[in-house]
Amino acid sequence: MPAAPTPGSRLRLTALLAPPLLWLTLAYLGSLAILLLSAFWATDSFTSDVVRTWNTDNFHELLTTPVYRTIALRTLSIAAAVTVVDALLALPMAFFMARVAGGRWRRPLLVAVLTPLWAGYLVKAYAWRVMLGEDGVVGAALAPFGLHGPGYGTTAVVIVLAYLWLPYMILPVYAALERLPERMLEASADLGAGAWRTLRSVVLPAVRPAVLAGSVFTFSLSLGDYLTVQIVGGKTQLLGNVIASQVTLDLPMAAALSAVPVVLIVCYLAAVRRAGALDSL
Amino acid sequence: MRKRKTSAWRSAAAICALLLTAAGCGSGNDDDKGGHAPDKLGKGEGKVNIIAWAGYAEDGSNDPKVDWVHPFEKKTGCQVNTKTAGTSDEMVSLMKTGQYDTVSASGDATLRLIASGDAAPVNTKLVPNYKDIFPALKQQPFNSKDGRMYGIPHGRGANLLMYRTDKVTSAPDSWRAVFDDAARYDGHVTAYDSPIYIADAALYLMHAKPSLGIKNPYALDQKQLDAAVALLKKQHKAVGEYWSDYQKEITAFKGGDSVIGTSWQVIANLTQAEKAPVKAVLPKEGATGWSDTWMVSAKAEHPNCAYKWLDWIVSPKVNAQVAEYFGEAPSNRKACAETAAPDHCAIFHADDEKYFQRVHFWTTPIKQCLDGRKDTDCTDYAQWTRAWTEVKG
Repeated sequence: MPAAPTPGSRLRLTALLAPPLLWLTLAYLGSLAILLLSAFWATDSFTSDVVRTWNTDNFHELLTTPVYRTIALRTLSIAAAVTVVDALLALPMAFFMARVAGGRWRRPLLVAVLTPLWAGYLVKAYAWRVMLGEDGVVGAALAPFGLHGPGYGTTAVVIVLAYLWLPYMILPVYAALERLPERMLEASADLGAGAWRTLRSVVLPAVRPAVLAGSVFTFSLSLGDYLTVQIVGGKTQLLGNVIASQVTLDLPMAAALSAVPVVLIVCYLAAVRRAGALDSL
Repeated sequence: MRKRKTSAWRSAAAICALLLTAAGCGSGNDDDKGGHAPDKLGKGEGKVNIIAWAGYAEDGSNDPKVDWVHPFEKKTGCQVNTKTAGTSDEMVSLMKTGQYDTVSASGDATLRLIASGDAAPVNTKLVPNYKDIFPALKQQPFNSKDGRMYGIPHGRGANLLMYRTDKVTSAPDSWRAVFDDAARYDGHVTAYDSPIYIADAALYLMHAKPSLGIKNPYALDQKQLDAAVALLKKQHKAVGEYWSDYQKEITAFKGGDSVIGTSWQVIANLTQAEKAPVKAVLPKEGATGWSDTWMVSAKAEHPNCAYKWLDWIVSPKVNAQVAEYFGEAPSNRKACAETAAPDHCAIFHADDEKYFQRVHFWTTPIKQCLDGRKDTDCTDYAQWTRAWTEVKG
């Protein structure tokens, strides 16, 4: 049992916690609040000056203009696709690393997963632009099979985003699988379950929270991304691009638009929390 | 929608009026907005803050051979701080901060800066090199108001039609190639990624559909804008990607991802230098283009150094250096004798007024129709921006 806090230790605790709390409320939540507030302002359409008259026109326009709905749905689907692709890639990879590969292999594999995180985001995205181009490696590799590369577009965006965020999915899943006690797998085998049954009834439930935790990263990072789309997206337009193109011209509208991913993430976090994924974070 | 805008205009006007009264110059005269041009210059303030397009204020950090900032600092004692802006919209918002003294604004930004009072009129008498500027660049609708210049012209260029000679075999001479015939190059057409590109469609419609009655590609009423948007949506199906970064355009043409689309002369030159078979032409309909102007902020803290910079950047030698580095037609006629490549001015048609008569320079679309129509309202830049989002879908 911990000792009751003395006045001195309480003071120290307050001093310790005050700066981060101040940061969280003022700088972090404060800026979010200002962002939401400015969504209720208007813009002088000629000079682009922000006019501080309270109105809900921006949200009205956001909800009634079909193109914004299309873009929001497209962004959502791409984020979902990236998450699914990453989960499908990460599960076998993490399983191999945690349960199959011996100690000698585990470390190099872990390093291999982490290395891409050291390279700059833009460098990686531009490398993919070169690879996916008309005369790039991807096209050349597929040519003998009579196939074409995906070119620039939504497929390319999903591929590149999935590549960029994969480590964020592998690491939590790997951690969960490593913690999974060997005897549970043995018990499953003793009870007569095959490999498939063990995977479905023992392994998957055990890593589900980890996959969901990883998906918070892949999903939210994809939802807000706009650079990858600019580089390999061809003519694809996502929420981030629309916000970026509005931000200098019509700040209130850009603020209203950025409320969309915020709402989507909050909903996603709520859903994931109910599934118990955040307990393991 | 319309209602909101009028009320926004009204409140903006009210705020402006209040500010003007507070500033003690509220004579009610619209011309007072944006401050006065100085009558004479004083000593340099030792510092000048610049907003420029990439390549306009080189200090040798990109290429040690390209440096006209340090000689300026040495000569005038004005320390240069450069902020490079990527788009006209960014320039406009940076100028609003009041932290900058001068900006190299294009025609789609200048009117907005004049209207918001962020740019001050310029006393051209205090810029000795102004007298050598090509007359066709002076007193243009995008750089002057009521006969007063709001800046010093820097250089100009056209938005050309560029194509891969190996993939586009019948040499195009019309914008039809990227609009009505775009499907021929399905997935390999490219277009400039900005709302101002709507003017390119309008320019084509001026010739292809005279019944629409478009006189000026920047003065479109709602019906004309809808027609341009419909054309752009049709083009969208054949577009491989849009570009705004010129490096991206070069690699796209080099790799064959783009085979036809809008371009600048500088991009054509650089792509050719990388051994890609491309050609750029000015189609028979003419083209849109840009003409840049160095403007002075109404809130400039270092106006004397700003004027010194204005004079420096259009002086024959420096104007030639910038024009060659960036790939554009210089604005100073004496610059043509100073370029390293003797045919630079010929390639960029610097003194070819016939050529530039076919170029419709970027101008901010505004409510009052720029073509002089009084019976209707035109669509403004905010509407163009929304339309552009819709085109891209």
